[in-house]
Amino acid sequence: MIRYLLPLGLFVGLVIIFIYGLQHDPRHVPSPLIDKPAPAFNLPTLHSPEINIHLEDLKGKVSLLNVWASWCVACRTEHPILIGATSKYPNLNLYGLNYKDKREDALQWLQQLGNPYIENAFDESGSISIDYGVYGAPETFVIDKAGIIRYKHIGPINKQQLETIILPLVKELESQQI
Amino acid sequence: MKTLFPLTLIFFVVFSSSVYSNDEPVVFKNKNHEHRYQSLIEEIRCLVCQNQSLADSDADLAQDLRKEIYDMIVSEKSDEQIIQFLVERYGDFVLYRPPLKENTWLLWFGPFLFAFIGLFAAIIIIKRQAKTNNIEAEMDEDKKQRLTELLNTDPETDSGGDKK
Repeated sequence: MIRYLLPLGLFVGLVIIFIYGLQHDPRHVPSPLIDKPAPAFNLPTLHSPEINIHLEDLKGKVSLLNVWASWCVACRTEHPILIGATSKYPNLNLYGLNYKDKREDALQWLQQLGNPYIENAFDESGSISIDYGVYGAPETFVIDKAGIIRYKHIGPINKQQLETIILPLVKELESQQI
Repeated sequence: MKTLFPLTLIFFVVFSSSVYSNDEPVVFKNKNHEHRYQSLIEEIRCLVCQNQSLADSDADLAQDLRKEIYDMIVSEKSDEQIIQFLVERYGDFVLYRPPLKENTWLLWFGPFLFAFIGLFAAIIIIKRQAKTNNIEAEMDEDKKQRLTELLNTDPETDSGGDKK
């Protein structure tokens, strides 16, 4: 009896391991930055190069920092979701980190597709993005009132992820006192 | 058709050069620095193309990180400092040889575990086979006994045996 049951058991075990493996995206690398202070930055804004934006500008409120670029195809998919989110929830503090882009391209992109961002930091060299461990735009960070990174989303956010993960988290963090 | 092929080749050669153009050749004044740079970029994984090291990868991020490593080496940072810099940002995943931790012990000791299971299974199978061999040997004993019995019977009473 065991002669037949043993291979069957091994087979079922392997199938379970494979199913488990298929449900995990190998591109999702857990970020070591979760629950750590967001890396400081001091970058020119996308719209006016002479004005700088700092991490301090984000503090005191829960904010989303979205890493994007005009050359990034997946960002184009995500863009309408962000527009929808900020028009539905005007209190959502969405900041952009424009990653290794050309200024005029990025500005044109916003003009054509709409601008959901309060402000955009212009990271031309990509060095601040390296500090944030960015490896595939778009990426979105949820930063709490104290400037601690609470969540990182890699890849384009879809509607369901926005409604079930990101917005509830923002709400929860907003109720917290510093 | 015959002219089309070389033309396409030329097209690709001409336009592919732009892919490499922003990757500056790295020049070190110090041989030791160059050696450290080489071994570091071979030890660090590119997160964009995850099965390639920074040395192999052509991704934009890999170029930026190579440059970052170059700058850190030139500014006399130690290998540990450079690795710490990368791990703080991208996690242990950037290392091709992750440190021994609670959540990596299976990664490090898994192969030995499986080798042990294999050895165990082999021993069981060999033992079982030896047992069946013994049964066969016992059967042979039975046959031998019968044979001697047959040989010891009186040839006179045997009707069909050979006679000298």
